[in-house]
Amino acid sequence: MTHLELAADHGHPVAQAPAADSPLAIRGLTVSYGEKPAVFSIDATIAPGSMTAIVGPNGAGKSTMLKAALGVVSPLSGTVTVFGQPLDIQRARVAYVPQRASIDWDFPARVIDVVLMGLSRELGLLGRVRDSHRKTALDCLSRVGMTDFAERQIGQLSGGQQQRVFLARALAQEADLYLLDEPFAGVDAATEKAIIDVLKSLKDQGRTVVAVHHDLSTVTEYFDHVFLINVRKVAEGPVETTFTSANLQDAYGGRLGTGQIEELALAAG
Amino acid sequence: MGAEFVILSLTPILIGIFTAIACALPGNFLVLRKQALIGDAISHVVLPGIVVAFLVTGTVGTWPMMIGAAAASILAVILIEAIRRLGRIETGAAMGVVFTSMFAGGVLLLERSDTSTVHLDVEHALMGNLESLIWLDATGWESLVDPVALAGLPPELLRIFLTMLGVIGFLWVFWRPLKISTFDEGFARVIGMRTGALGMALVIVSAIAAVAAFDAVGSIIVIAMFICPPAAARLMTNRLEHQVAWSVVFAVISAILGYVLAGYGPLWLGGTDAVSAAGMIATVSGLILALAVAFGPCRERTGASAEG
Repeated sequence: MTHLELAADHGHPVAQAPAADSPLAIRGLTVSYGEKPAVFSIDATIAPGSMTAIVGPNGAGKSTMLKAALGVVSPLSGTVTVFGQPLDIQRARVAYVPQRASIDWDFPARVIDVVLMGLSRELGLLGRVRDSHRKTALDCLSRVGMTDFAERQIGQLSGGQQQRVFLARALAQEADLYLLDEPFAGVDAATEKAIIDVLKSLKDQGRTVVAVHHDLSTVTEYFDHVFLINVRKVAEGPVETTFTSANLQDAYGGRLGTGQIEELALAAG
Repeated sequence: MGAEFVILSLTPILIGIFTAIACALPGNFLVLRKQALIGDAISHVVLPGIVVAFLVTGTVGTWPMMIGAAAASILAVILIEAIRRLGRIETGAAMGVVFTSMFAGGVLLLERSDTSTVHLDVEHALMGNLESLIWLDATGWESLVDPVALAGLPPELLRIFLTMLGVIGFLWVFWRPLKISTFDEGFARVIGMRTGALGMALVIVSAIAAVAAFDAVGSIIVIAMFICPPAAARLMTNRLEHQVAWSVVFAVISAILGYVLAGYGPLWLGGTDAVSAAGMIATVSGLILALAVAFGPCRERTGASAEG
């Protein structure tokens, strides 16, 4: 039996077969909040061990694509596989960091409580938090430079500190695929550096990182792959070949000046 | 405090305490989820359910009332969800539309139907009649171990006690998913929690607590207890576990102090009649909230979530 037939046997479209080893493969993903689709017929195949930026203008569906791929919002259509299997089977290998601004940080919890949430699959429904769990959580906090804040109420943190706490929670999950929604939005320079260092160390360990990213000027510095989106997919691939002026022009339409695009694409080349 | 206390005050106080706890516990999550008005909504919509159940069966027996109330609650939840989706408006607005119109419908039905033979009127629906839930079979504290006397306890007591145990059990088992999905629903879904079912279960548990409480003490207490003790508790601490403990403390204080003040307060002030215990319990819980707003140690808010 050939590879293609095998894939078809499992009920997946044959076209999906090459995605079998992709940490995140999306086919025909369409999501709509109202009458117009937020994302339309998206195909994506995230390269294993890559650091991929999802890039596009405001309202292009970057966050929606991520949320729909993870079942946080329900897509109208499309299939998603994680490491070649449905998400339900591979959940333990996925860590998701939502947008910081989507959370009510007045919630009564301390920093360590939030990081411990990353261990909830391990803890189960009624498992008690033990010292070993606390130690894991503190280790994760130290990796993002937040050890001293463990007992702080989360509402008392700065935006950058909150983002680091969320990253620590994701680290506690010990995942193989990390999906982050705007991890650099509204954070200070020190936090941005701390986060990118952690993400790069994850990549060095062979894990895959996908982040919705807003700042075009740092794409080439931080990421090795890019996925350009504007409701539809514009392009995906390695930064050097994909982050080109033609593709940026496609994704952003008239929203970027020609000079800006040339500059960004040159940086990529 | 002797036989008279056991006969006249013990059961109303216990029913008040159990009601307060049964409503305050889920109220913690409803307040944090900004769904606090659900308690309000449910306690209003049960009125038409109860009236219809009376019209259909012709009695004010417990089971027809409970079934009518439950059916009305379910209808309300469906209506709220339908209006929210079809009208594309926020949940609060949809609730406001549904519970006021269903309550108004209940009042109209009540006025138009002949309920003069039974104890069913608008005032009863709002205030209940906590003071009437006395233990006539008791002769003193020794009755607590007397099976014959115990059999004469008001049925509301056992019902609200079991409801409270059910609420505690639900929170105990689903504590972690409730906490995580209340804080960060997206994250909860990705780690595999059934957040939709969980949110629905929380509303259903709250509805059961509200209906059981309505049966015993009327809707005023329900509305107050879903919101005041948890909101006051939030201002006392920055940890959810401690908040829930504080909310129980406040609920119990409200129930006891409210009952005592209703019974004796007017006498102390030179009046002659006692006032509604349910109304006074709700008032005390409101005063506790006011004190917490003024003096609670954790009332500072950073508002860090607003920007970004």
